[in-house]
Amino acid sequence: MKRADSLITWYGELTTRQQLLKRGSLLLSPGMLWLMLFLVLPGLVLVVVSVVTRGAYGQLEWVFTLENYKRLAGFTLFGWTPDYLMILWRSVVVAFFTTLVSVLLSYPLCFFIAGRPERSRYMWLTLVIIPFWTNMVIRAYAWFLILSPELPIAKLAAVFGFIPEGAPLYPNAFAVYLGMVSMFLPFVTLPLYASVERLDWSLVEAAQDLYASRIRTFTQAILPQTMPGLSVGIILTFVPAMGMFVVPDLLGGAKYMLVGNLIQQQFGTSRDWPFGAAISMGLMVLTMVGLQIYRRKGKEVQVV
Amino acid sequence: MRRQHPLIVAISYLTMAFLYLPLAGVAIFSVNAARRGLVWKGFTLKWYLKLFENDWILEAAWNTLLLAVISTIIATVLGTILAIAMDRFPWRSRTSNFLDIILHIPVVIPDIILAASLVVAFGLLRMASSIFEPGLPNMIIGHITFQIAFVALVVRSRLVAIGSEVEEAARDLFATNWYLLRKVMLPLLMPGIIAGAMLAFTLSLDDFVISFFTAGPESQTLPLFIFAAVRRGVTPQIHALSTLIMLVTVILVVLTERFTRHHEKE
Repeated sequence: MKRADSLITWYGELTTRQQLLKRGSLLLSPGMLWLMLFLVLPGLVLVVVSVVTRGAYGQLEWVFTLENYKRLAGFTLFGWTPDYLMILWRSVVVAFFTTLVSVLLSYPLCFFIAGRPERSRYMWLTLVIIPFWTNMVIRAYAWFLILSPELPIAKLAAVFGFIPEGAPLYPNAFAVYLGMVSMFLPFVTLPLYASVERLDWSLVEAAQDLYASRIRTFTQAILPQTMPGLSVGIILTFVPAMGMFVVPDLLGGAKYMLVGNLIQQQFGTSRDWPFGAAISMGLMVLTMVGLQIYRRKGKEVQVV
Repeated sequence: MRRQHPLIVAISYLTMAFLYLPLAGVAIFSVNAARRGLVWKGFTLKWYLKLFENDWILEAAWNTLLLAVISTIIATVLGTILAIAMDRFPWRSRTSNFLDIILHIPVVIPDIILAASLVVAFGLLRMASSIFEPGLPNMIIGHITFQIAFVALVVRSRLVAIGSEVEEAARDLFATNWYLLRKVMLPLLMPGIIAGAMLAFTLSLDDFVISFFTAGPESQTLPLFIFAAVRRGVTPQIHALSTLIMLVTVILVVLTERFTRHHEKE
């Protein structure tokens, strides 16, 4: 072990470790102080608030209790109901299928774009980037508009008897999925494309030469090579999809609530911060569990 | 060029249609003369003109811009310094792992959790100071908090990319710390800093959740205004406003693309 004050060369500077760390800490402090104050500390406060009691007028009473978590687990005065657990479970399912469909649609799209000639390739890519950056309230509203009863999609659905004549195609699960997938598809496509563009086609050809089936060619030659981009895309989709509340709010209504809506309700109309905090903890745990399962199953996961 | 399976082409076109059909719907109804309902009554641009007479919308636009500009400036400064501090000093691996985890929190947790924790924290801070009443200052703080992380990550990847040679050369020529930072590092880092700032700016313009939780009655932004309008009942003005925002997005995206591709070629 080196002595703390021995001279070292660091980026061409002759200095000591101690000196460097002193300067480094000085540079580190403004940003880290900010993150501690407004990210880590509020996070800890949220944990504490999740175990206190809500007063009669929505104020916090510093009586510690596990009541909020019990309520989330479905235990009420009148026995057990799975209502809140259902909402949590539904959020996981919606986030999972949103991610899955986004991946399934992104692969062909990425290969399609990568196969365009250089000039139009950038145009196609820009066409994916634009919705990526378009405000999500506008995009969710756009579905709300396009599924209105006056417009062809809802009319068509009414002809086939899926919905009553003159009704909009929301609120229901189908509308939520439409909104969610269109919201998150670019989140998968863009990072995945970065990997597809760099794909080594000779490996794919080698697999084909060795009479690999289409599926094996994909799983053995394409999937491993595109894993880095796919991982980023999956995380960028699954995590925000778990907490999404704009889309289910506009397109799902009260019948198809997700955990995001439930949290928003507690901080809005219900004014029940402790319960809201407890649900947030539940969401946090589910997200971490989801990422962990994925991390185990997939290989190394890189974010950003 | 590889020949593509027709199925791949078909799925791709359908996917793009799926992404753009709803947006096209909004754009079409923004130039529809009908005051109510979704029946085509002829072309007009009057809804766009009315936007500029609507004080609510003008104020929301001003708030959105103010919020984005202030938070981006602060987050870019803080994030850049943080990236340099994390990358250019001999931290122990435990320290740097810890810093890394903190920096990734805003990226890997759902934003609604950050929003909820800010509501609670501001609620308690309110006992100490009235600055923390819901409103623009709170929103700025919230935005900076997630922007810092993104700026720092972008700038750090640029720091890694430029390597150590130039700085070593500068040191050999007796550059002082300050001179090195000003004349060597910042110019080399500039593309990364600008890219980070643009990302932060767009994230702020785009944000709905953090703003929704921390906004006060006087600090409506455009996304909040649109969200509220949808629940009140939509007017054609909302279509015009949304279309205008989409156009601004398109312009920003194209400019950003030009910028990054220009720097990739260097």
